[in-house]
Amino acid sequence: MKRRNVLAGLGALITGGCTKIGQTEWFGDVVDGAEKLSRGAHRMLGARPTMAREFTVADISPYFRGNGNTEIDTDTYRAQLASGFPDWRLEVRGLVDRPLSLSLEQIRALPQRTQITRHDCVEGWSAIGQWTGPRLSTILGQAGLKPQAKFAVFRCADSFGKAPYYESCDLDDALHPQTLIAHQLNGEPLPERNGAPLRLRIERQLGYKHAKYLTAIELVDSLDGIEGGGGGYWEDRGYQWYAGV
Amino acid sequence: MKRHAISTRIWHWLNLLSVAILFMSGLNISNAHRHLYWGQAGFQPHEAWFHVIRFPGWATIPNYYSLAAARDWHVVFAWIFSLSLLLFLITALLNGHFRRDLAGRREDWRPSAIGADVRKHLRLDFAPTEGKYNLLQKAAYAVVIFILLPLMVLTGLTMSPGMDAAWPFLVDLFGGRQSARSIHFIVAWALLAFFVLHVVLVLLNKPLKNLGDMIGGGRLDETA
Repeated sequence: MKRRNVLAGLGALITGGCTKIGQTEWFGDVVDGAEKLSRGAHRMLGARPTMAREFTVADISPYFRGNGNTEIDTDTYRAQLASGFPDWRLEVRGLVDRPLSLSLEQIRALPQRTQITRHDCVEGWSAIGQWTGPRLSTILGQAGLKPQAKFAVFRCADSFGKAPYYESCDLDDALHPQTLIAHQLNGEPLPERNGAPLRLRIERQLGYKHAKYLTAIELVDSLDGIEGGGGGYWEDRGYQWYAGV
Repeated sequence: MKRHAISTRIWHWLNLLSVAILFMSGLNISNAHRHLYWGQAGFQPHEAWFHVIRFPGWATIPNYYSLAAARDWHVVFAWIFSLSLLLFLITALLNGHFRRDLAGRREDWRPSAIGADVRKHLRLDFAPTEGKYNLLQKAAYAVVIFILLPLMVLTGLTMSPGMDAAWPFLVDLFGGRQSARSIHFIVAWALLAFFVLHVVLVLLNKPLKNLGDMIGGGRLDETA
């Protein structure tokens, strides 16, 4: 028992010290440096564009877990869900030549891609699902990117309390051939828990980047001034913007 | 001639720091999802082969539950750990440390010689017959340096979706991301077991001299 206390004391000393260091500004800079290093290494290694593994139908998880917000408890959303989202719009705006407002019907009429991929949550679990939808690059091609556009910001209908969920990525991921605006999971319209009617698939990054309940895509030249400035709901709460690790 | 080269000593202490921080921030990350699976995918407790306990604050970095902060520590020290391991492996290969001090001759590894070394250990006699390290010591160091530490790097990389896209063979090597995660967890505890054994054996065998040598380098002729 006594030896256990010494061990716990030593542990507490180390963890306490590290906790203090973790709150300093310079350690934040070190973390940002490591994040850039990881992103650079992932982009440099392998043949471009690096592709996420695609699986077979036999690999699909029997039930695809919903995480984060798994429902939207408003009357408007409930009515839309019940009737198949006839009035849902996905806006494309910001630094584009032709702003768009797409209905689900228009999105389903675009060239479609179906892919079976592994979804990796930052918490550590994984699930495999089959996603269908147009490539984001097809939609961005229709809108036409202005040369100043550097990031795509994804606006969502869900929120935690008063804070709206949102996400963002660079153009390398936005124009990637596996980046989809998905409206189907395993051949069925997206279930509510997985982001009905539209969610982002950004296969080389962790689950929190895959924004659900999409309402708009904004092309911007900087993430400063958008919500908390971190580029996403979880990023504003300390998670890394590049979620490929 | 020093007993331990400067490169070995710097790596030894930098590695202790990195592995300690990686282990303790890893315990915090483990608290985010306390089930381990085999294969590519898994997220329901009934699919798990092992349910992990919740690690207390005194054992985790930071000392409260924060997946975001723990991942920051883990990623920073993963870079330091991997690059310093790579540099140490290259240096020790070039300066003959591995060949001279770890490899030994074929006849050293006869079952009778190994048995004799086990009996010597049981009498708490750790003096090597020749060279710097006894047989079991060489085997333990080789397993850690060539198997366990590289496994931590590779299974860690396999958990990264960006890395899996860049190097798809990683996923095949371990039979899936969740298998890699399970192996990462097991090997982390194997390294803790090595650490405890290593410290106990140093304490049993001239602790001050051995500790001093790993800091100042020591003199080679004193080892016998």
